[in-house]
Amino acid sequence: MKQSIFIIKENIALTHDVWKMVLEGDTSEITRPGQFVNILLDGLYLRRPISVHDAEDGVLTLIYKIVGVGTARMSEMKPGHSLDVLTGLGNGYDVTRAGARPLLIGGGVGVPPLYMLAKQLCAAGCEVTVILGFRSARDVFCKEAFEALGARVLVTTEDGTYGTRGFVTGVFDEAGDYTYTYSCGPEPMLRAVYNASGTSGEYSFEERMGCGFGACMGCSCKTLYGNKRICKDGPVLVKEEIVWEK
Amino acid sequence: MGEVTNKLAVSLCGIDMDNPIIPASGTFGYGYEFADLYDINMLGTFSFKGTTRQPRFGNATPRIAECPSGMLNAVGLQNPGVDAVIAHELPKMRAVFTKPVMANVSGFSLDEYIEVSSRLDAEDSVGWIELNISCPNVHGGGMAFGTCASSAESVVRAVRDVVKKPLIVKLSPNVTSIVEIAKAVEAAGADGVSLINTLLGMRIDLRRRKPLLANVTGGYSGAAVFPVALRMVYQVAGAVKIPVVGMGGVSSAEDVIEMMLAGATAVEIGAENLRNPWACRDIIQALPDVMDKYGIDSLASIIGAAQP
Ligand SMILES: Cc1cc2nc3c(=O)[nH]c(=O)nc-3n(C[C@H](O)[C@H](O)[C@H](O)COP(=O)(O)OP(=O)(O)OC[C@H]3O[C@@H](n4cnc5c(N)ncnc54)[C@H](O)[C@@H]3O)c2cc1C
Ligand SMILES: Cc1cc2nc3c(=O)[nH]c(=O)nc-3n(C[C@H](O)[C@H](O)[C@H](O)COP(=O)(O)O)c2cc1C
Ligand code: FES
Repeated sequence: MKQSIFIIKENIALTHDVWKMVLEGDTSEITRPGQFVNILLDGLYLRRPISVHDAEDGVLTLIYKIVGVGTARMSEMKPGHSLDVLTGLGNGYDVTRAGARPLLIGGGVGVPPLYMLAKQLCAAGCEVTVILGFRSARDVFCKEAFEALGARVLVTTEDGTYGTRGFVTGVFDEAGDYTYTYSCGPEPMLRAVYNASGTSGEYSFEERMGCGFGACMGCSCKTLYGNKRICKDGPVLVKEEIVWEK
Repeated sequence: MGEVTNKLAVSLCGIDMDNPIIPASGTFGYGYEFADLYDINMLGTFSFKGTTRQPRFGNATPRIAECPSGMLNAVGLQNPGVDAVIAHELPKMRAVFTKPVMANVSGFSLDEYIEVSSRLDAEDSVGWIELNISCPNVHGGGMAFGTCASSAESVVRAVRDVVKKPLIVKLSPNVTSIVEIAKAVEAAGADGVSLINTLLGMRIDLRRRKPLLANVTGGYSGAAVFPVALRMVYQVAGAVKIPVVGMGGVSSAEDVIEMMLAGATAVEIGAENLRNPWACRDIIQALPDVMDKYGIDSLASIIGAAQP
């Protein structure tokens, strides 16, 4: 983990409520896709955890949805503004387990962390299929970015206004054979993927956090291998250890 | 260097400390997360996560909610239980922290407090026992031990009998008179008191129209509670003869000095470690300059200076 100051280079709307922020700073602690950063915002007590969308050579890209005061404040920030960021948080995805044809499944703001993962898997020569689930056509983002990496992209929307109508699991057949799954999204989506998938996989979870680096026990969950902290031992859990609680 | 160390040195219940800075229980784990970030041997000491007899998962999540200048937590004393703390956590801690540590003890019955305290008291690495009496007393009908002078007195008396190390009793602010409780635990044989634990609070999720925390209520701490904590430290320090460890909302070297002027011999820092993991290091490094600014030659000399 490292604390450093990042400078905003770009901050633009991708949809009516999802924004992309490009920052410059020290990305050396970001070692795996699926890790997150924790951002201190003026006047707000707790840091905001946001997944790494992409990180390379001192450029960090985040994609965030405006849901409350902190993310609203982020959307108002102009290029040149600096942010205090903790980097290198969380375990991240293990790309070595992908096999030849990994299936990536993202729902809503669970989509962003899959980008850096897809980038690494495509570069490693995997045949990558990505399923992106959104509520409606106006919520769709990042489709072209995944396609540009060389991944096959299937989009579902709950209301059918874009791609296939329904949930991400509805296009599993269309996705064809896969060797492993990587997913990130709301818990009901993760659970549906867990039940629908025929292979092992990795699932990225969200929890309210006090610290984001393992000190406060604010984000604990039960697994088959004991209690884990989503922020430090996660956010990525492997299928074989997950215990569904709620 | 030697001179700087002397300026910050204090003595807490007979144990010398290089400085009065103590990361508070529940915000510093067993130290090793922070040992990756800086040399935690620069701390006065630290208080490790509250220990109970049995392993505890704690409360359901969400356990954390943000508040203006602070946070609510309802972790619910998640810890691996005293056996695992002694077998696994203390040896790991020892590898990164060589000073006497403060062992924070919780319990839901007199028996549990006695057993956990005596087990940790026997550990070489433990310098002080910090007895957290804010837990509900399952035998006494669920009321916290620390919210009633007579139950506070009985638990301290019982633990006092089995513990050889300095016994510091951690007080809850959720009482009518914290001074009355402090006097009761002093009379029962406590070597010191530490205060404050968190203030009981809650938040409601506007969208769901339900409490934000799964546990409904949680403990409020962080910068916002500093004035309340300072007032309580001042009142308690004025009423007891044993040392007082002050905490609640401390986030700067100035806050540390205010706490000491109010009567604190040492100062714990909790939630601030969570937003700035280097907070305690930063405060220790800032203290000499802030002392110079206010003409303070030694921290030990200002303890209680604001008292009448
Ligand atoms: C590991 C991880 C990765 C994440 N990655 C992304 C991402 O890439 N893009 C994105 O848009 N969002 C992401 N989130 C969710 C994001 O953290 C929240 O949307 C954000 O903190 C909301 O802050 P706010 O001030 O706008 O909302 P408020 O509701 O005003 O926030 C109040 C408090 O609740 C916390 N909080 C609110 N919603 C969530 C949530 N869903 N998860 C965790 N804490 C929450 C906030 O951090 C803050 O402490 C991630 C969460 C986690 C845990
Ligand atoms: C996440 C969290 C966990 C805590 N766990 C404990 C605990 O196990 N035992 C205890 O005595 N106090 C616990 N506390 C209380 C703190 O030690 C401290 O008394 C309180 O937070 C006030 O200090 P602060 O405002 O600096 O945080 C906890 C506080 C927080 C924020
Ligand atoms: S958020 Fe503090 S331990 Fe995970």
